[in-house]
This record gives sequence, C-alpha cells and structure tokens, in this order.
Amino acid sequence: MELVVLVKQVPDLAEELEIDASGTDLAREWMSFVASEWDEYALEEALQLRDEAGGRVTCLALDTGSVDELLATCLARGADRAVKVGAFERGPDSHTAARAFAAALRTLPHDLVLTGVQAIDDLDGQVGPLVATELGLPHVSVVTHIKIAGSAATVHQEYAGGLVAEFEVDLPAVLGVQTSREAPRYAPVSRVRQIMKTAEMEQVDVAVAAGSGLTIEAMSVPETGRAAEMIAGSPGAVADRIAAILRERGIVKA
Amino acid sequence: MSNDIFVLVEHRDGAVAESAYELLGRARELAAATSGAAVALVAGAAASLLASQLGAASRVIAVEDASLAEFTPAAWQAALAPLIAERQPLLLLVPNSGSGMDVAAGLSAATGLPLAAYAVDVAIAGGSPTVTCQLYAGKINVRVRFDGGRGIATVVAGAFPAAAGQAAGSPAVERVAPAAADARIRFRRLIRPEAGGVDITKESILVSIGRGIGEADNVELAERLAAALGGAVSSSRPVADAGWLPRTRQVGKSGLRVKPKLYLALGISGAPEHLEGMRDAELIVAVNTDAHAPIFGVAHYGAVADILEVMPALTQRLGG
Repeated sequence: MELVVLVKQVPDLAEELEIDASGTDLAREWMSFVASEWDEYALEEALQLRDEAGGRVTCLALDTGSVDELLATCLARGADRAVKVGAFERGPDSHTAARAFAAALRTLPHDLVLTGVQAIDDLDGQVGPLVATELGLPHVSVVTHIKIAGSAATVHQEYAGGLVAEFEVDLPAVLGVQTSREAPRYAPVSRVRQIMKTAEMEQVDVAVAAGSGLTIEAMSVPETGRAAEMIAGSPGAVADRIAAILRERGIVKA
Repeated sequence: MSNDIFVLVEHRDGAVAESAYELLGRARELAAATSGAAVALVAGAAASLLASQLGAASRVIAVEDASLAEFTPAAWQAALAPLIAERQPLLLLVPNSGSGMDVAAGLSAATGLPLAAYAVDVAIAGGSPTVTCQLYAGKINVRVRFDGGRGIATVVAGAFPAAAGQAAGSPAVERVAPAAADARIRFRRLIRPEAGGVDITKESILVSIGRGIGEADNVELAERLAAALGGAVSSSRPVADAGWLPRTRQVGKSGLRVKPKLYLALGISGAPEHLEGMRDAELIVAVNTDAHAPIFGVAHYGAVADILEVMPALTQRLGG
C-alpha cells in the first residue's frame, strides 16, 4: 500500500497577524510558520494505516526553501520517505499547489493520497479535491474512520448535526482528513534535528501554470459588530463579576 | 453565458437544508443587481419534487437520476461539472458544508472556474461578483474578485438570513439527466447520532468547554459549574475528538447549532466552525487565556483568565 501525505506550513496563529502596506497581503517578514493542523491528522492516519496493512508512507511538500524541518518532522514521526516538490518563493495558492502535487504524483506510486481537509489559508479552496480532479481520482473530504480493504477504502464523511455518511471508495483516491483516530504522535526535537542533518530529501521538479483565478482586492481584520466588555482582575474577581451579571439578568436567582 | 446566480441546494429526507434558504435569499438580491435569475440547482433521485420548497428561486434545475439517490462527491461532480461548464452562471453559491467543500473544489478544478472559499459576504460590483472570505481561523477577511468575472463561492453557514430565501410558490422546473455517471464512490449508510441523555439544543444554559480544559479529569469542574447553574455541559470539537464528552454535546459546524439564554464559552478560541453553531446565543460570556481569541469578537462579556481557576470560583459564588 503506497500512502502519500501532502503537507504544508501555515502562519502560526499564536502570533498576531498583520496586514502589509499594500492592504492585499499579510506582513510576512517576521511571520513564523507551523505545520497545518489538519495535515498532521492526515499523516497520523497514514502512519496508522501503514502499521495495520503494511506499505510505505511518503510525505510531499512544495519546496518553498524552508520545508526541511516540516519534512524531517514527518520522517521523525515515522514516514518512510520525504519528497520536496518544485521550487516556490512562498507557499502558493491551492490551485497552483494542487497542480504541482498532481504533477509530482504522476511520477510517484500512490494508492491512497491523504491531506488535511482544509488549511487556515486556503482562500481558493481545499487542496484535496483539487489534486484529485487534476488526476481524475475520486475524492472525499471531512473524513474520519478510514479502513482499507483490498482495492477500496471505507470512510466516514461528517455533516452538520452529527450525521455521518459511510462511503466505499475505489483506490487510488484522495481523502481530506478531518481528524485522526489518535492524537498525532510526538517527534522529539533532537530526532528532527538529527534527521535534518543526515537525511537525504528527494526532489521532484515540476512545471505548472501558476494562479488561482482570484484577485485579492483588500484584506481586513473582521469587524464583529460586537466587542466583548472585558472583565479584568483575578480569577476570583472574574467569577464575582460573572455571577453578578447572571443575577442582574435573572439567569440565576439573586 | 448568463447573469444568473445558481445555488446548489442541499437536502436530506425530502427536506431542503437551511443553507439553501440562506443562499437563495442572497442570490435573489444579487440576481436583481445583475438582471439575471436566482436559480436553484438540485441533484437527487426525485430532485424535482423539492421545487415546492424553493419558492424563492426564479426557476429550478433538477438533475434527476436513480444513481443520485444518495450524495457522493464523485456522482455529484460527474453530474454537475458538464452542466456548470455549459450554463456558465455568473456565480455558483455552494454551502461550505461537509459535502459542499468536495463539490465546489471539484467543480472548480473540473470547469476551470475560480473558487472563493469560506465566504461570509457576496456582492455585485461593476456587474461581477466580489466575495469576502474568512481566513486564518476568522482573524482576517479577504475580499476577492474572479479574474474572468465568473466563479464559485462556498459560503459559511449563517452568513445570510434564511428568512430572505423562504417564499411560497413552486417555480418552473427544468429536469435534466446527469451528463455523466461516476460510481467509484458508493454510499453505504447514514449514521445518525445516538440520542443521548442531554439534548443541548433544548438547554437554556450551556457551560461549553474547549481545548483549554486541558485534560479529561477537568471536565468534572465544568459539570459542577453546570449543576450550580442548572444547565448542561457542551463542547467544541477538540473535546469531542478526545472522547472526553460524547459527540452529541459538540457545538458547531459538524456538531449542533444552539441558541441558549446563556452560553459560557470556557477555553474555546472561537474558530469559525464553532462560532457558526453558537453566535445567536442570547448572552455569551467567554473566558480564555488568549486575549486575541476570536471568541471575544462574538461574546458580550469576556475575561482573559485560566478557566481551571475561574470555574471552581464561579461554582462557589453560585452556591454550588
């Protein structure tokens, strides 16, 4: 079973995002990046599936010049192979990324391609269905509970209200993973550092048309129309004030 | 080519989903600005029968076939891509739901029409659509235009009022057979959530916990607070994923939409997927250690504090 995981980095939301002077992009100079949360679930599922059914897990990342640590972390967690795809100045839009991943996948064996169901920055849509359609493969997003049986996979797709559809999907296929059966495994930093020094990352060159067909007119910090009245003080003071508010409003008895 | 605004209608058990009304209401307003029509696009085994629930549409295109009895991403894409490519609507609105994400991105790649995801607003400017998209877990809005003037948008739940899309009448139906079939994905069954002891959609007070609860043992602190308030405990996605509370307690996009008198959001950052399930609560009080958490944008009262300290203190103040 050849399992391929598409991974990427996204801005770290633990730090404040700022809009640059042009008003159409984030201020990227000091931005720090982390692995996209849902891609980590996709990798964990791939590792679990390999451990059950055998085979190999290959991680693909678009080469933005700074993905060695991302891919080394995949290897440290147990991936068998890491491949850098193309050459990009920065992470491209989802359509361009999908074309690049699809071009790489045409040269790499793949029975099941897994990626995060979404990313916090996929303005022009989710990479999973875009890659699948480029390759003419079936795709299912918002997936949990993946089981492989022969040349098909059984998956769950989540809907609102806790409803879940169970599908059987012919392989090869592309899945957008919502969550993994277990929390993504931990990779010690020392092991990641060691792999970065010693591991050979493979490289696949691709030539693809760039562009999403969208033009960004403006970025803004959303106006919520309602800013919370903030309660200051110790946890005890916060509790006092909340209790008082609930009494004033008759939600609890005075 | 047309100036029509298409809405992809989701439905289940013979009933049109709320999302269809939210999108149809907006589509009518947009169509008025483009001198086009608001067109409801429905796929299913008996799609045309849903027309009587789609009075807000100028007309209905029903893609009907026995193979479309249950949704699959492959069957929908095969049936709809040639139709969209041929009709070239000005805009196709798709709900940003479990199935809508698959359909919209697949159609974008298959037809070459650009896609704007996570839309919270759609307008017409200079005859073509502009779409405002919510990115970075709700922290940044991005307004985009389609380069060719036409495109697809996936719209988050609650972006537009459903009332504007609910109208009496049964519009004219155009029945079409799917242009192609794709059986590589087969529907097996629908799993409905088990009816738990607590129905959080009926509770008037919810003590809702998120990642900030830290570990399973701390859920008891929320249970005690809920008991003191006469309410129930609900959660955001990570708590349900961890198995600390049953899925029936989950609020948000893949959980339930709630509208209690009081929603205490404790250790919940407020990702858009969560906010769409609770933003209509009458009173929202949020406690989180991150002063920039988006939850404070929808809360009436907020405090930057550790919920593990606030919960027992508040329980004690309430005589619990």
